[in-house]
Amino acid sequence: MAEAHPVGFQWVMEAKRRGAKVFHVDPRFTRTSAVADTYLPIRAGTDIALLGGVVRYILDNELDFREYVLAYTNAATIVSERFVDAEDGDGLFSGFDPETGSYVQDSWQYAGRETDSGSGHTARARDSAAGLRHESHGARVGGAVQRDETLQHPRCVYQILKRHFARYTPEMVERVCGVGREQFLKLARAWTENSGRERTGVLIYSVGWTQHSVGVQYIRTGAIIQLLLGNMGRPGGGILALRGHASIQGSTDIPTLYNLLPGYLPMPHHADHPTFDAWVDGIRHPGQKGFWGNARAYAASLLKAYWGDAATPENDFGYGYLPRMTGDHGTYQQVLNMIDGKVKGYFLLGQNPAVGSAHGRAQRLGLANLDWLVVRDLFMIESATFWQNGPEVATGEIVPEQCRTEVFFLPAAAHVEKEGTFTQTQRLVQWREKAVEPPGDARSELWFFYHLGRRLRERLAGSPHPRDRALLDLAWDYPTHGPHAEPSAEAVLREINGYEVATGRPLSSFAQARDDGSTAVGCWIYTGVYADGVNQAARRRPGHEQDWVAAEWGWAWPANRRILYNRASADPQGRPWSERKRYVWWDEATGEWTGYDVPDFERTKPPTYRPPEGASGPEALAGDDPFVMQADGKGWLYAPSGVLDGPLPTHFEPAESPLRNPLYGQQANPARKVYPHPVNSVNPSPPQEHGQVFPYVFTVSRLTEHHTAGGMSRMVRPLAELQPEMFVEVSPALAAEAGLTHLGWAHLISGRAVIEAKVLVTERLTPLRVDGRVIHQLWLPYHFGYEGIVTGDSANDLFGITLDPNVLIQESKVGTCDVRPGRRPTGPALRDLIGDYRRRAGIVPGVPPPVMTTELRPPAGNTDAGPRENDDA
Amino acid sequence: MGIRTFIEGWPVYRQLTGTDPLGRGSAAQSGRSARLTARTEDADTVARSVCPYCAVGCGQRVFVTDGRVTQIEGDPDSPISRGRLCPKGAASRSLVTSPLRQTKVRYRRPYGTQWEELDLDVALDMIADRILAARAETWEDADHAGRPLNRTLGIASLGGATLDNEENYLIKKLFTAMGALQIENQARI
Amino acid sequence: MPDGDSLAGPLDPAPDAGWVAAGPRMGFFTDTSVCIGCKACEVACKEWNDVPASGFDLLGMSYDNTGALTANSWRHVAFVEQSPPTGHDTPGTRFLGMPGPRPPGRDTGVEERTDFRWLMMSDVCKHCTHAACLDVCPTGALFRTEFGSVVVQQDICNGCGYCIPACPYGVIDQRRGDGRAWKCTLCYDRLGAGLTPACAQACPTESIQYGPLDELRERAATRVAQLHARGVPQARLYGHDPNDGVGGDGAFFLLLDEPQVYGLPPDPVAATRDLPRMWRRAGLAALTMAAAAVAAFVGRSS
Repeated sequence: MAEAHPVGFQWVMEAKRRGAKVFHVDPRFTRTSAVADTYLPIRAGTDIALLGGVVRYILDNELDFREYVLAYTNAATIVSERFVDAEDGDGLFSGFDPETGSYVQDSWQYAGRETDSGSGHTARARDSAAGLRHESHGARVGGAVQRDETLQHPRCVYQILKRHFARYTPEMVERVCGVGREQFLKLARAWTENSGRERTGVLIYSVGWTQHSVGVQYIRTGAIIQLLLGNMGRPGGGILALRGHASIQGSTDIPTLYNLLPGYLPMPHHADHPTFDAWVDGIRHPGQKGFWGNARAYAASLLKAYWGDAATPENDFGYGYLPRMTGDHGTYQQVLNMIDGKVKGYFLLGQNPAVGSAHGRAQRLGLANLDWLVVRDLFMIESATFWQNGPEVATGEIVPEQCRTEVFFLPAAAHVEKEGTFTQTQRLVQWREKAVEPPGDARSELWFFYHLGRRLRERLAGSPHPRDRALLDLAWDYPTHGPHAEPSAEAVLREINGYEVATGRPLSSFAQARDDGSTAVGCWIYTGVYADGVNQAARRRPGHEQDWVAAEWGWAWPANRRILYNRASADPQGRPWSERKRYVWWDEATGEWTGYDVPDFERTKPPTYRPPEGASGPEALAGDDPFVMQADGKGWLYAPSGVLDGPLPTHFEPAESPLRNPLYGQQANPARKVYPHPVNSVNPSPPQEHGQVFPYVFTVSRLTEHHTAGGMSRMVRPLAELQPEMFVEVSPALAAEAGLTHLGWAHLISGRAVIEAKVLVTERLTPLRVDGRVIHQLWLPYHFGYEGIVTGDSANDLFGITLDPNVLIQESKVGTCDVRPGRRPTGPALRDLIGDYRRRAGIVPGVPPPVMTTELRPPAGNTDAGPRENDDA
Repeated sequence: MGIRTFIEGWPVYRQLTGTDPLGRGSAAQSGRSARLTARTEDADTVARSVCPYCAVGCGQRVFVTDGRVTQIEGDPDSPISRGRLCPKGAASRSLVTSPLRQTKVRYRRPYGTQWEELDLDVALDMIADRILAARAETWEDADHAGRPLNRTLGIASLGGATLDNEENYLIKKLFTAMGALQIENQARI
Repeated sequence: MPDGDSLAGPLDPAPDAGWVAAGPRMGFFTDTSVCIGCKACEVACKEWNDVPASGFDLLGMSYDNTGALTANSWRHVAFVEQSPPTGHDTPGTRFLGMPGPRPPGRDTGVEERTDFRWLMMSDVCKHCTHAACLDVCPTGALFRTEFGSVVVQQDICNGCGYCIPACPYGVIDQRRGDGRAWKCTLCYDRLGAGLTPACAQACPTESIQYGPLDELRERAATRVAQLHARGVPQARLYGHDPNDGVGGDGAFFLLLDEPQVYGLPPDPVAATRDLPRMWRRAGLAALTMAAAAVAAFVGRSS
């Protein structure tokens, strides 16, 4: 956190001043480790084993916050008798389908809900990265569930959890992670001792956590701990994702993602969502508890915002205009399709995949096989000059005279040259004022897309083609100003907020959205950001004039709420768990919820409220169901659906690992997304042979002095000079073993690439004893490329493409490699060296390693394991 | 300037007649030093902004004189950052005023070996032409079962996560209307 | 003739330099125990003061690629990697590239790492109470400001370079291609406007604190006591003592080890401390020096 988010880290230092203990778990000793109370080096890719150890420690010693756990989580819920745990399946849960490498989830459901859960087969859900939809809501659960409030029932979640993690002992943690058992126990003790009624503990992760083939399950394990300890929905608690880009939260809320529409509404699937009704029902799940019950209003209002007058109840608000998914259309699939010549044109908008994405060579080969490419950036980045300066030009794989890609480089406006909002990592939307005009041809994306859309519509005017109706009917009329006819960002924000169509009056809450076409809402979770016609994101009441919640600085979605699920900061009766941790509570006198924050609960629903028989939607949430977006109102220790690779986190080795999984016969995540494409490959891991060809574990990450793929730091002098060269850090022991010298050159080889770097020998890197072996880890910054003031080889070139099944994010925080002293070869000799390694490792490009590595037959738990139509989770 | 003022302005005169006989302080202060002031004090405008790097969302104040950014520093009012910035945020002025900033459209024709110049307006027209051509060539009305698809897989996009919400909104809206489904973002990476 | 106190011992330097209505002496307290080595100070300084690039070399000194305080680096973050004392090894600093007495990793490696330290310190001009650079400056380019800081006036400096060997800390430096001497000004221009120096304003963790020196000294003493109470006996102050060889620093530090570990001189002495004695013996020579200084002023100001 100190490394990549130094200013956020001031609050950790504040806490430390007040006596908080800081634990830092990382393969590398970083600037965070330097000021942490305890630093735990860990083998990259083993966090579930470590955190699973904490879960076991809590359960074994009965250190859970029992009153919270009983009332607010699904600990007491009984699970189907058909469920077979991974502990009994050698790493596979019941329902695994070896054909598709994915699960049928029926057997994971709550008892009695096996059939109506509708979770079904998840192969299609994986292709549409359905897990992303759950950013703002849980998956569906139908109807009432069976519970055992004594937590003794063998199939209640609490007991299942206990059995699942029983083998995650301190000894096992040490064996898998390389974290000494004493160190581990110190962590477990501190975490549990600082949680409960009087205290809360926070788990902070940086989004390197998501870049694993089990990334979502990492975070799930953290969530289980935080729920067991009663740290969710409470001040000083929670799970804090430190996201790495100014508006990356906004980029999923108001997404530019293939599988999402604004507000986490799914992009329709051709088979599942033939009609507007089918689409809406797939979101709201009729009869289900919680606030997604109103999904029809959010969906209709979005389409109304898109197509204005052309969107009517009669034509389902233009639902027919929406493009449909048929499978995986994610960025990695796109790149493989580019290599295969299926993509004509590509836009890169402030993004540099030639350096920032996994398997840089595949990215660049894809770029070189387009008809045209539009790059909009501040600087001349690698993704714009691949045809000229890329490493493939040196190896002869890209010949400029033979590369047909037509490249348009359009300079972009910087953050001070346009106005608009960023959504930061805690959902806080902040408005930026414009300071100056952009220079020369530089323009905002707002300008580019508005005027591009205008021209497209002009060209298509009078078109006879039905396919052009969606463009021609589009509500695309924004006021412009200034010398360049810049569209008004405030007008767009107002549309995002939503308004009443008849009067144009901005809505103040998403509860005002209607499903009859009388409201238009661009992104329902942002409704309120323009309440009363005021740009609430531009509020800047100084922090020192407010209380510590600072509710009048910017605006947080939803409803300016700063802590989600904050009903859980009060006990079931609505009283603060303790005076010290008072945050939101029920005020008996006024008959409403009150506190420092906007209560995340219907304001006047008393704690004693019990829903009537057959209720659905918000009405079905009881007065003590704090997790109001969850279908049962509870925090999920066990996820009966929604997580595609298991209801409980399970330790799997990374897709590339030097070790056999010490816990299960199943080596790596059986549901991970693999691409059997000739450009892609995976280094062998046990039980495959020849893993020793790539004996070392490497990880990549950021430096304080640089930003992501370097496009905003290697081009900036005062930053470039602070970290001027690509380097690799190795321990003295590895340096001795591999013959590396401090400040000398080394080259690293994977099945995809060979890159070179200067060597930093440092004791901040330490070998770990893991499962009886010494494992050497090395790490590299991923900021470097071949353009800019300072240049170097790109670390992400080393990775292949293997994805997490839930969100289709790549495993780019751990891989295997070899390292040799000296510089890498150049020209065709470079490919020869990789070819040599591939031969020795037995890598056949395009043939991924077997997904299943357990000898056991997958536990059935399910009788009809075929894909189904209604598989929306 | 009269001769008297001139003489009184001499450091040595000030040194011999003033409170600083060693001539190391007030007497040694140069005219430039005496007139020195923080350039932020003279700024024409100050814009309240947000750092463009990571997602902490630190407040920035952007000082502008004669239409140029002269300083970007932390906004002490921000309850998130309390006026502080990391090295990247502190380098924001160098970022936006960098001599490496591209300010002209650049064009590389197919099989070209170097960049050429291109008018922005022409570039926009050329891009619009290519979008429509790619769309026409790769349009899919329906799947094999006749279910609607309404899309092109011939166009793809990958955006950075430093785009504004308003920009992302328009990007998604326009691409969706043109049937371009393969719209992705750093958030996937 | 000045008395000896103007060149040695405790002193409030601004009034001594003729600032009749001077406010309290302002300075820096840099608490290295909370420094995270982010280098925001280095960048903020460069941005505000338009300091040129200092080079693009990987130095291999941990994460320090700045190397030292120079004319082009007025803040410099030092990084010190310290291994724990193991076995019969003597305690102390081990820098990068020097492997330990036995290869790590033969055990689990974890237990060995509990005492590993990575120290970071943002170094800066000390703005000495008795600033030798200022005392030897023949042109009056270096002067004492009303805030008690020591500043090079670039409109005066003629690049003679006398100040460079005079500095006991090796801070002040001539800029190549320019010839003049440059160093931290404590953001003299910002101070005049009531602002905080750029580095201190940016510092995310309040490792760099700016304020009246008296207050900072009190705060520092409290912090040391607090750290001692929390089991950090190594915490100590550096440059805070008005009785040291430079009469105390306007920029002082809380360190977690000996000053040498951070590259700081353990016992800095102003080269000009002995000047009064010399003057008493050779008054004529001193007068000649003064005359030379006057001549230099006349020469520059035309």
